Amino acid sequence: MTEPSAETKFEDISFEDALRQLDEVVKRLEAGQDKLDDALAYYERGMALRQYCAVKLAAAQARIDRIEIGAEGQITLKPMSTTL
Amino acid sequence: MENPTPHPADALTVSEAAQRIKRAVESLGKNIRIRGEISGIKRHAASGHVYFDLKDENAVLNAVCFKFNAAKITFVPSDGQQVTAIGRLTTYEKSSRYQIIVENLEPLGAGALLAKIEERKRRLAALGLFDAARKPPLPFLPEVIGIITSESGAVLHDIMTRLEARFPRRVILWPVAVQGEAAAAQITAAIEGFNRFVPGDPALPRPDVLIVARGGGSIEDLMPFNEENVVRAAAASRIPLVAAVGHETDVTLIDHAAARRAPTPTAAAEMVTPLRSELQRQLAVTAARLPQLLRQILERRQLYLHVLAAKLLTPDAILANKWQYFDGVCEALPRAWQQYTQKLSLRLQQFGQSLPNPQNRVDRSQDRLRSLERALAAALRARHLSAQAAQHNHQEKLAMMAENLQKTWENYRVRLRPSVVDELGNEILAAAALRPQQKFRLSFKDGQVTAISDKISLN
Repeated sequence: MTEPSAETKFEDISFEDALRQLDEVVKRLEAGQDKLDDALAYYERGMALRQYCAVKLAAAQARIDRIEIGAEGQITLKPMSTTL
Repeated sequence: MENPTPHPADALTVSEAAQRIKRAVESLGKNIRIRGEISGIKRHAASGHVYFDLKDENAVLNAVCFKFNAAKITFVPSDGQQVTAIGRLTTYEKSSRYQIIVENLEPLGAGALLAKIEERKRRLAALGLFDAARKPPLPFLPEVIGIITSESGAVLHDIMTRLEARFPRRVILWPVAVQGEAAAAQITAAIEGFNRFVPGDPALPRPDVLIVARGGGSIEDLMPFNEENVVRAAAASRIPLVAAVGHETDVTLIDHAAARRAPTPTAAAEMVTPLRSELQRQLAVTAARLPQLLRQILERRQLYLHVLAAKLLTPDAILANKWQYFDGVCEALPRAWQQYTQKLSLRLQQFGQSLPNPQNRVDRSQDRLRSLERALAAALRARHLSAQAAQHNHQEKLAMMAENLQKTWENYRVRLRPSVVDELGNEILAAAALRPQQKFRLSFKDGQVTAISDKISLN
């Protein structure tokens, strides 16, 4: 695990990685071997990861686009009704 | 039957005859294959059994397919279709009929087709297209799912319904024909097309996973999914591809090439998405641990602090020591000052006693002055005499130095003079030792000169 930091931006990590890192934070805190400052930093990072995962889980809305191929082969997307 | 007057009781009853016929017919065996054309097919709505005739130019055979077997047939049999029926023969005593109980039905020509598929499968497997090692793993949670299937039909609906229930995602449909002439080329183009999407392009988001799906059908219907270009495109797809073609029992070549095979389109949807509610539950459990753990950690530190504090001296105790020392110093200070001033005044008194009478001092100074004047005059005289002596000394020294210098110069010139040696290196010390025209060397400090004696004149 990298340096504990609540500042890390999560755009680059996958949901799966975020969940795994959150588990690691919990394990670290459970072990209780860190200095208090580090423990606090891990805690903050854990809360940030939790927030990130929660957003990922919440921001789930079905949407269908349909591929349209134009006369010259150009590809565009056209929304379809989700109630099929 | 040789009895000329048979007793009526010897005759078989109709039922007995029917039984014997049944046994005879059924003894023909199981898994009999009979081919012919389907005619007059009827699906019995209440029982689910299917009735039809198998016929050719000269004969008709009743056929019945019971519900549980009918469900296994992979295509929809229809009148006029040439098929091979597999099953056993039996009779229907009630109306003096014999018939085939159909356990499976294959469209005619399926055998040849299967052999062709099998051959292609072996060839592509040998090329490594089906190797497990080259198959990319499915993402844990795809953001975008690409679906390649028919726009109409239940397949897309089934997938969407299941996605909605598990984890709604953004779906991009690439509509294709899933049977017929154009299907294989369209499916290939769709797989390759999705793979050309550039990651991070918001206009055409690249799917994280692909589903190639089709409902059940006859082996001919599923043939596009056995075509080599489709299979190769699926194997080459860098986006993990899930194949969900036909029913569970249908295996097409794309199933082998795909990263994963799903038995049905619904199962494919399950394969590519985790269950959101389960993840949310897990996250809630994990997240609830965090504040608990932090509280535990803080409480543990606090306890530790208390223990440490108890072991330490209290601040008052530490200060009491200092106070005591300070008080002691404060008491000693005035005493020390008193002693110091006493010593000082004593020394002052002693000093005062030792001071001389001023008149004495003036007298002594005048005496001193007179003796200094005398000493000065004497010194001046002495100096004049010694200066005279010194000058004489100097003249003598100068004469000696001039003499030394002369001697030194003479020595030096002697040292610079060359020695004269003959050709063997023996020194020649006198003119008499030389013959006319003799070669000899002048050996200087800085080099040699060879010479020949010209004229020798002795003194």
